[in-house]
Amino acid sequence: MAGTETPMTDTEAAMALHREPHGGLVVALRATLKRDLLLLLRRRSEVLNPLVFFALVITLFPIGISPDPELLATIAPGLLWVAALLAALLSLDTLFRGDYDDGSLEQLLLTPQPLAALGLAKVAVHWLLTGLPLALMAPVLGIMLSLPAGSYGVLALSLALGTASLSLIGAIGAALTVGLARGGVLLSLLVLPLYIPVLIFGAGAVQAAILGDGVAAHLAILGALLAVTLMFAPWAIAASLRISING
Amino acid sequence: MWAFIHKLGSPKWFYAISARLQPWFWAAAALLLLVGSVWGLAFAPADYQQGNSFRIIYVHVPAAFLAQSIFVSMALAGLVFMVWKIKVADMAAAMMAPLGAAMTFIALFSGAVWGVPTWGTWWMWDARLTSMLILLFLYFGVIALRGAFASRDSASRAASVLAMVGVINIPIIKYSVDWWYTLHQPATFTVTSRPTMPVEMWLPLLIMVLGFYSFFIALTLMRTRSEILRRESTKRWVRDLAAEER
Repeated sequence: MAGTETPMTDTEAAMALHREPHGGLVVALRATLKRDLLLLLRRRSEVLNPLVFFALVITLFPIGISPDPELLATIAPGLLWVAALLAALLSLDTLFRGDYDDGSLEQLLLTPQPLAALGLAKVAVHWLLTGLPLALMAPVLGIMLSLPAGSYGVLALSLALGTASLSLIGAIGAALTVGLARGGVLLSLLVLPLYIPVLIFGAGAVQAAILGDGVAAHLAILGALLAVTLMFAPWAIAASLRISING
Repeated sequence: MWAFIHKLGSPKWFYAISARLQPWFWAAAALLLLVGSVWGLAFAPADYQQGNSFRIIYVHVPAAFLAQSIFVSMALAGLVFMVWKIKVADMAAAMMAPLGAAMTFIALFSGAVWGVPTWGTWWMWDARLTSMLILLFLYFGVIALRGAFASRDSASRAASVLAMVGVINIPIIKYSVDWWYTLHQPATFTVTSRPTMPVEMWLPLLIMVLGFYSFFIALTLMRTRSEILRRESTKRWVRDLAAEER
């Protein structure tokens, strides 16, 4: 019985070996997306903490500067953007940390699928559970800072577009520092200067909406920045992860 | 040609070749800096608008040029190291980073000093000063990342990746800061359109720029040579060299 089956299993195994790298990318991407979403949704505090931080920082400013609505309205676009940027930055450290500690990052490196694509899937989940909630929450905090009417939609949209670039750029820094025991401050030192263009055009979009100028140009440039980072960042993330694991 | 480049990639040959090149660059740097600074500071005519305070450009402009070129050459060296695994390129990149940060600081500081008589204040959020400040932070990031790793090989590769990411970002940062500045242009006196410089003014500037570049090359060669000795200290040829010296 076993003797007759042996050639069959051999060819099957050979075919399976042959087949796996081809159809595998979509399967692997879907598996990574599902696994990361599940992991983050089960650790709700990690999703909620950046949002609470965002609200807290926004609360500090009226206390620290002045509760005057007119003054707050003039600085609100920049404040909301800077606070959201810092909240997104704080959440970066957990992006690869858990996977690094339990060894699943090494398994990710060993898969036959390209690491850049899998890294992109992880970043997409990160944006979905930090960038997008921050963008949706920003208009509520905008009301508290008496942000002028008519700019709420642009605020949410610019944050949604901008935080996607922030997650991608930040993931490079997170991948570079994941192997270091205390990489937190270093991570912000590496990533913050690279965030400046996104901040300029993001806060600029909200400002333009308040002044009644066209916001299409700002949003288009934010989109262009996202396109450029989408093109380069996955490769840098993959190279950085390899350095952190093999080093 | 290729044989020469391959030889340059080996630490031993680089050490030998740079020994011959180094004195020429030091001599050029000393001569150019001396001529340039004496000409620029003593003989060039004073600016009709800014008086003698304009003379700070003879330090400011070369330092600013060098600050940007050093970052680009650091990223190029990083690329060479990542693609061809040439260790000398990484040693050079490691030695360039502090010099680049120092040049950025000199450019910022001389800009601030120039700002006192011109703008009446030490600091303005001027587009050029702001992008220089961001460049300084980028340098700090590369230096800090290299220092954070325990293993030298990971440190080298991480710093190379970060330098390459930074060099892609520098033009984006520069243009976005320019754009931001034109939107928020403060209503104070700024010197944006300088009158075209006469020859007696820009010729010493050119000499100073060349002098700064020669100084950078000479110093990088010297520091890379000592870094080679430090990293290759267990190699036979370095031991032989040390034995000869003794």
